[in-house]
Amino acid sequence: MKSSYECVVIGGGPAGMAAAVAAKRNGIKDILIIEREKVLGGILNQCIHNGFGVHHFKEELTGPEYSSRMIDLVRAENIESLLDCMVLSVDTKDRTVHAISPEHGYLQIKAKAIVLAMGCRERTRGAIRIYGSRPSGVFTAGTAQRLMNIDGYMPGKKVVILGSGDIGLVMARRLTLEGAKVEMVVELMPYSNGLPRNTVECLYDYNIPLLLSHTVVQIHGKERVTGVTIAKVDENGRPIKETERFVDCDTLLLSVGLIPENEISRGAGVQLDPMTQGAIVGESYQTNVEGIFSCGNVLHVHDVVDFVTEESSVCGEGVARYIAKNLQNEITHKLTPGEGIRSIVPQTINLNNLNEKVKLYMRVKEISEKRAVVASIGDQIIAKKRDIKFLPAQTVTLELKKKDLLTAAGNEVVISVQ
Amino acid sequence: MFDICIIGAGIVGSAIAKELSKYQLHICWLEKGEDVSVGTTKANSGIIHGGYAAKHGTLKAKLCRRGNELYRQWVNDLHFPLDMIGAFVIGFNDEDKAVLQKLYENGIKNGVKDLQIVDGDFVRQKEPHLNPDITCALYVPSVGITSPYELAIALAENAITNGVELRLNSEVVAIEKEKDHFNITTHYTPLSVHFDYPKNIKAKMVINAAGLHADDVAQLVGLHDFKIHPRKGQYLLFDKDQGPLVNSVVFQTPTPISKGILVTPTYHRNLLIGPDAQDVLEKQDLATDASNLARVVETAKKTLSTFDLRKVITSFAGNRAASDRGDFIIEESKVDGFINVAGIESPGLTAAPAIAEYVIDILRNKGLAFTEKSDFKAHRKPYHHVALMNKEALNALIKESPNYGRIVCRCETVSEGEIDEALKRPVPIDTFDAIKRRTRAGMGRCQAGFCTPRILEILFDQLHMPIETISKNVKGSEIVIGRTKRALEEEK
Ligand SMILES: Cc1cc2nc3c(=O)[nH]c(=O)nc-3n(C[C@H](O)[C@H](O)[C@H](O)COP(=O)(O)OP(=O)(O)OC[C@H]3O[C@@H](n4cnc5c(N)ncnc54)[C@H](O)[C@@H]3O)c2cc1C
Repeated sequence: MKSSYECVVIGGGPAGMAAAVAAKRNGIKDILIIEREKVLGGILNQCIHNGFGVHHFKEELTGPEYSSRMIDLVRAENIESLLDCMVLSVDTKDRTVHAISPEHGYLQIKAKAIVLAMGCRERTRGAIRIYGSRPSGVFTAGTAQRLMNIDGYMPGKKVVILGSGDIGLVMARRLTLEGAKVEMVVELMPYSNGLPRNTVECLYDYNIPLLLSHTVVQIHGKERVTGVTIAKVDENGRPIKETERFVDCDTLLLSVGLIPENEISRGAGVQLDPMTQGAIVGESYQTNVEGIFSCGNVLHVHDVVDFVTEESSVCGEGVARYIAKNLQNEITHKLTPGEGIRSIVPQTINLNNLNEKVKLYMRVKEISEKRAVVASIGDQIIAKKRDIKFLPAQTVTLELKKKDLLTAAGNEVVISVQ
Repeated sequence: MFDICIIGAGIVGSAIAKELSKYQLHICWLEKGEDVSVGTTKANSGIIHGGYAAKHGTLKAKLCRRGNELYRQWVNDLHFPLDMIGAFVIGFNDEDKAVLQKLYENGIKNGVKDLQIVDGDFVRQKEPHLNPDITCALYVPSVGITSPYELAIALAENAITNGVELRLNSEVVAIEKEKDHFNITTHYTPLSVHFDYPKNIKAKMVINAAGLHADDVAQLVGLHDFKIHPRKGQYLLFDKDQGPLVNSVVFQTPTPISKGILVTPTYHRNLLIGPDAQDVLEKQDLATDASNLARVVETAKKTLSTFDLRKVITSFAGNRAASDRGDFIIEESKVDGFINVAGIESPGLTAAPAIAEYVIDILRNKGLAFTEKSDFKAHRKPYHHVALMNKEALNALIKESPNYGRIVCRCETVSEGEIDEALKRPVPIDTFDAIKRRTRAGMGRCQAGFCTPRILEILFDQLHMPIETISKNVKGSEIVIGRTKRALEEEK
């Protein structure tokens, strides 16, 4: 095992693979992808449903198909990968990755550039504080998905799903097709948190009720879940006592959000954005720590993998520029979320690093119809995009042109919904 | 025929088993749960108390202080988690200070030597994040924290190594008193690996350390002289990034209405707040609820206001075995040879080693011969924890057993090798929670989301358990219910 590389990518999901491929294509020869699983592909491997790759590969693929396309690219580019190996920390002083694996023991690998692409984890019962007893039968949706799709086991047969995130919706359909009864999907917000097509294809097509403005307040059962108490919530999301009712079930699936897995990043001194819970990055996806880059779900939670691949490719180009000493660190422009915008990635720009344009990935705060997302510097509007509907569950993208940024006076770009 | 049968494998049963295992005695140890420490011992504050609180003259007071001292000796041989981080009982005014002064005096009488009344500045120097309005405190350096189940496991392992026969999943359901022995009947519900134990046991003496059920067990021999009332305490456990908010155990000055809420780092440096107290009807009722925990949070904020509620990783509850006599009940009952160790509420975890000594004294006074074993093994090997090892040690270990290099729990950095190791230890285990207690796999912020499928696989590989039979803890808590149609089709 070599002890130093030009670039080490942490995480072999679509983000890590795309960043590695792009870096390679832009002239970096010496790249290592480190992945804790025994295969590349990350979470895609358990997403056996359709709907991946519509933008990027221009066809509908399943998760495993999408990941095998990416793996083929990694192979074709002759990029090295180290599987069954867990990265424990990144030391920024000497830019070293510390990891362990059964085969190599404790590893210290030096790198000129490091890409953080560790993905995200699911929020748990504790994090949303559902009280009650602690029986078996409470799963996060992703764990249930892995148990069913990779290991081939049924988590239960009478299921309540809390949260209308996409994994929850997809699992509602998957469980139904496997013969389980999905009693309902319960959603705290007054709108579905998944993509509209998933709400239709996974719930409505199977007559699974979606209870909006409801939540689970208590879990019952000693050995196994015997039921949950659900309640309607008021406009502040607080359960209304009088509306509590018992729902009989043996399983509760939680699809209540994803959290970028940034423990390693934090340890490396990478600054995080409280809105995305991922790193604050520039247009080339470099973090505040020189030589450390971040992309994919560890940077911000994506709705579709195509955007992951797209953004990670830009990150890989940035890595190549950095190693070739062509990347400038100063910030020329800052991006600020204005009215109606929850988060923006990337958060900063250096104009000199741009070829022609920069693409922004954003989330809106609430549902709105017939509005536009507008980027402005001072009074001057530099970009605008109309849509019939903006949804919090959906990424909104917007491109800013280098020439527009150059000509406008000022360096703070405010994006808002108007 | 056994010389002694111990009923209950909580901390009290474990300490007694460990102490008795030094002697040439034939001991059977019965536990209804699927592991040791699954009763009150698994869910409490984990504090090794100083001994200033219990009223002077009570058994609680005497045994608490002695237990504290014994743990500090035992840890050298048994290597259980123990960290003497010290404690503050904080006060906000003169009234509080008067109460602290009383506690101080009581502590001195109980033999606690290192007590100190300190001012607010002293507290702030050691605990910069606490409420700035604190004006005084009782400071007790000899208070420690432990991980209570790991502690009980350590004692149990040493007892088993020295010949005590532990039988899990064996609930005592009947006891008959014969002339010179007891006939004990168990109800045996195995999960998998456990041996097929005989259901009838003969023992000359019985030690009843059945915790919340000590009164039920006593009733099996016709004793009705005490009653155990479950009193629930609820907690919130926070992510490790909240742990550094406190460095010591922080109690509030007790008032006539409330004992206050505790704020403490756990041995593994999570933040823990709790417990409150509610009398409940059912001994097994361990449900947490929003309204009581909201009160716990409110009260804890008086000590520390900056914890982040979004960083809660779980809530849990434990039931105190409160007796109607107020103090610990440790005595030979009216039935000759039947010894009750009951009503062991707080500070029972702390007192356990001293309770064991006390029980041995009772047995000695009855004329039981205590001859030391010549081959007694005082030492117990600690578990390997990859998360705590340095590079050199890790490399050597992984070279020898590569599974220590495969991480299965990413939050707590637990390797497959550690799980293999837990399965080979003296206490035979086959459940998720048992693995979790020993290795910490599943204890972290993702609460077993990531490691569940992996641990299922390891249990399948190591113990050849069909996946559908693998349980979280007791029978009925299986994780999955069967194969998917898709998997069955693919197999065809
Ligand atoms: C909320 C709370 C906080 C606490 N905090 C602290 C603290 O910080 N410090 C401290 O020193 N103490 C503390 N305590 C007290 C301490 O936890 C207890 O005193 C101690 O754990 C009691 O141990 P035990 O062995 O008596 O009981 P248990 O741990 O309950 O053990 C009894 C065992 O007997 C078994 N059993 C029951 N019936 C049968 C049967 N018929 N057959 C076979 N087996 C049977 C049970 O399954 C169980 O495993 C706290 C208690 C609570 C509830």
